[in-house]
Amino acid sequence: MYIPHTKKDKEEMLKTIGAPSFEDLVKQVPSKFLWPKFDLPADSLDESQAAARMAGLAGKNCRPLNFVGAGAYDRYTPAAVKAITSRTEFLTAYTPYQPEASQGTLQAIYEFQSTVSALYGMDCANASMYDGASSFAEAVRAAVRVTGRKKIVYAAGVNPQYMDTLKTYFAHSPEYSYVKVPLKDGAMDHAALPALLEGAACLAVQTPNFLGLIEDMAGVADLVKKAGALLVAAADPVSLGLLAAPGDYGADFAVGEGQSLGLPLAYGGPYLGLFSCKKEHVRQMPGRIAGLTKDKDGRRGFVLTLQAREQHIRRDKAASNICSNEALCALAATVYSALYGPEGLKELAEANAGAAAFAAERLGAITGCSLKFKGPFFNEFVLSVPGKAAALREKALAMRGVDIGLPLAPLYPELGETLLVCATETKTEADILKLADAIKEAL
Amino acid sequence: MICSVTDNKLSIEKSDPGRRGLWCKNPLRAKAKLPAALLRKSPPRLPELAEFDVVRHYTRLSRLNFSVDTHFYPLGSCTMKYNPRFNEEAAALEGFAALHPLAHDTCAQGTLELLHDLSARLTELCGLDAITLQPAAGAHSEFTGLLLAKAYFEARGENRTEIVCPDSAHGTNPATASMMGFTTVNLASKPDGRLDVEELKKHIGPKTAVLMLTMPNTLGIFESNIEAIAKAVHEAGALFYMDGANLNALIGMVKPGDFGVDMMHLNFHKTFSTPHGGGGPGAGAIVCSKALAPFLPVPTVKKENGRYVSDFGDGRSIGKVKAFFGNTGVLVRAYAYMLAHSAKEFGEIAVAAILNANYVAALLKDLYPAYSKEYCMHECVLTPGADMTAKGLKTLDIAKGLLDRGFHAPTIYFPNIVHEAIMIEPTETESKETLDEFVAAMRDIHDKGIADPQALKDAPHTMPVKRLDEVQAARQPNLRW
Repeated sequence: MYIPHTKKDKEEMLKTIGAPSFEDLVKQVPSKFLWPKFDLPADSLDESQAAARMAGLAGKNCRPLNFVGAGAYDRYTPAAVKAITSRTEFLTAYTPYQPEASQGTLQAIYEFQSTVSALYGMDCANASMYDGASSFAEAVRAAVRVTGRKKIVYAAGVNPQYMDTLKTYFAHSPEYSYVKVPLKDGAMDHAALPALLEGAACLAVQTPNFLGLIEDMAGVADLVKKAGALLVAAADPVSLGLLAAPGDYGADFAVGEGQSLGLPLAYGGPYLGLFSCKKEHVRQMPGRIAGLTKDKDGRRGFVLTLQAREQHIRRDKAASNICSNEALCALAATVYSALYGPEGLKELAEANAGAAAFAAERLGAITGCSLKFKGPFFNEFVLSVPGKAAALREKALAMRGVDIGLPLAPLYPELGETLLVCATETKTEADILKLADAIKEAL
Repeated sequence: MICSVTDNKLSIEKSDPGRRGLWCKNPLRAKAKLPAALLRKSPPRLPELAEFDVVRHYTRLSRLNFSVDTHFYPLGSCTMKYNPRFNEEAAALEGFAALHPLAHDTCAQGTLELLHDLSARLTELCGLDAITLQPAAGAHSEFTGLLLAKAYFEARGENRTEIVCPDSAHGTNPATASMMGFTTVNLASKPDGRLDVEELKKHIGPKTAVLMLTMPNTLGIFESNIEAIAKAVHEAGALFYMDGANLNALIGMVKPGDFGVDMMHLNFHKTFSTPHGGGGPGAGAIVCSKALAPFLPVPTVKKENGRYVSDFGDGRSIGKVKAFFGNTGVLVRAYAYMLAHSAKEFGEIAVAAILNANYVAALLKDLYPAYSKEYCMHECVLTPGADMTAKGLKTLDIAKGLLDRGFHAPTIYFPNIVHEAIMIEPTETESKETLDEFVAAMRDIHDKGIADPQALKDAPHTMPVKRLDEVQAARQPNLRW
């Protein structure tokens, strides 16, 4: 319990209020509903007991040497990032409704928006969304609003969880249709695009795609534009230290999962939805946006702006219902990017590509295993395995404590028995040799 | 000059090409061989700074903020209570923080057990039957709740297109309804701030899917005719959704399920003490009745033969509203908070929250008339008095005057139905002494404002910036460096 009131405080307060008893204060609640019996533990735990319980639970999670990625990546969180995000002036503040008392949060959001815009090569970005999946879904919604069309064309390499989330967003509207651009060698089949794009609101594509391959985006934006559609691109932000930015290949909306920028895996959240776009779509952006302005004395300051799009002003006419975002995660990503800088992010991206390349070389050489696709990949790749991939994963986990990758059959049955294997900059040559040994032993 | 208090440079303006904070020296970098055509044309324009530059820059920014830890923060409907340190420590435990969301269930037994126990305790506290912890925030929970309603009615072969909510509702209620393709029917509140049951009956029928009702409502008043409301909703065949943003007033004191609520949402960053982080991350939940349970997002957690496993349902689920399980890191904090409270102690939260709000109202209502003449629940809605209005003083001026006196402002101009609303939610973790200081500040604002209205209209005077030009910000958006 974290309540400061003593018995005496309560009595004095009631007296000031002029109420004979607490029950008088809650007379508006029908008395039959008050103070029911709860089937809950009779006693709470003191802090040391609670600490033991939490440590016990945390200890029941095992810590394999992890090679699963698939949209959430093993990253190192720098000490300076933790130090800044645990500053409770950031941690325990709310949405900056009083700008004069929130310049720290507001400037940090402005710097976050700038960081995202720079990484993605886009004109502007918002203050963040819940996660990559919700950013993706909101970008497609925006494309639908801009074009007035209801046909959504998407590459088969888009993260299936993103597509699930998108379809849930549109669940109320049976008039929306989804058209998949098939895979060709693990990437988008360009030849199929012109026909599929006819009448489309957008082409939604992810690169590196879910299978790890880097999509060839040359000429794609022209095809999309010709069809009167918009290009929605999802990209891992760390990959953009090295790879072409969505702005380079003409994306209208660019989104991504910001967890990559040094956030802990934490079993799925809190993560960080990155959302950016071309300036002509700025008023279609959902969520909070910070802007730079001046105060009465002409001094630089920051405010939440373009609020005419938002739910607390527009109510049922709002661009989105979003209220909370992931501000603290956005701060972490901003600090992470500032610490590494452009050179450091390039190094990180190279280390990812290098670690995955080395892993692919080693695993591809195991008898019975082979790389499913030939194209260039970033930090994960698809490995064909003999026998059941799911059983192989369980065996390697039990025998060697190595999580060798995600079995893809439930998501992409057409790929056969395969694993999606990921190696980030957190993996050493020795780790990857252990991975290869674990697979060999489990086979 | 990087540490000057007058420094208001952006990080990029402190950048010096060639400076570095962190490196990545993994030798595997040398193995990276990607075709040049796929690489970016120019490096992203990010700051180049030493680690200390970065730490000092953001430490300086942090000091420009008001926060719960540094200032009383009575933001109505936001429940800015103390965020226990223990919760942060628990969430940072490596076993929780490093767990991959697609880890095999055998590797995630601790987290799954936690989620299972958290689910069980929350459904009991709410007096309902089932729960999803997947939504990332309150508004996201509303969205999930309306999806459940949609699926529920579709399964029954009913086409219901309207969401009914009172005009005192949070903006997220109608925004969520229209995002889902529903039409919003707005009900005018009665003069006492309550839902008008006769009006409700006139506006609900076979087209009504859901009544969304905040309890206590945004005026800090309980809908005392709750039974009649629930009855009317159910007789129309509709569902009763409780917006749980204000649950802090009721926690441990009542079970919303007893009122006839079919589903409700929780905001962990409000009632369950997880930090707001400057606007997030939060976490939400939908707690619901048996009838809605089959449609909940997947996966949920179930216990099978002594082990915890992900449950993907029987195919009737609405699907996913978010990748993976939800904001698990936030849920770990909420669970730590759970452990620190028995049911009786949760009830004491409600008691202290209600006492605090009434105490503030009692000490201020002579100068700042309360919208409601009754006792309030966990928050009170006040307004500037006629003497202040006569001097041209507005709620905004009072808010800024509070900043100068070291208090964060309450929620202002909400609920929309109250002219010049000042919505004060002290929460249970504030002591009587803090409330006394706040009351003194409010009274001082009144007195000084009457004596010198212009000085209050020019407030704040002591903050890092004065009032900001929001019109320019919106007309000529400058959103990045």
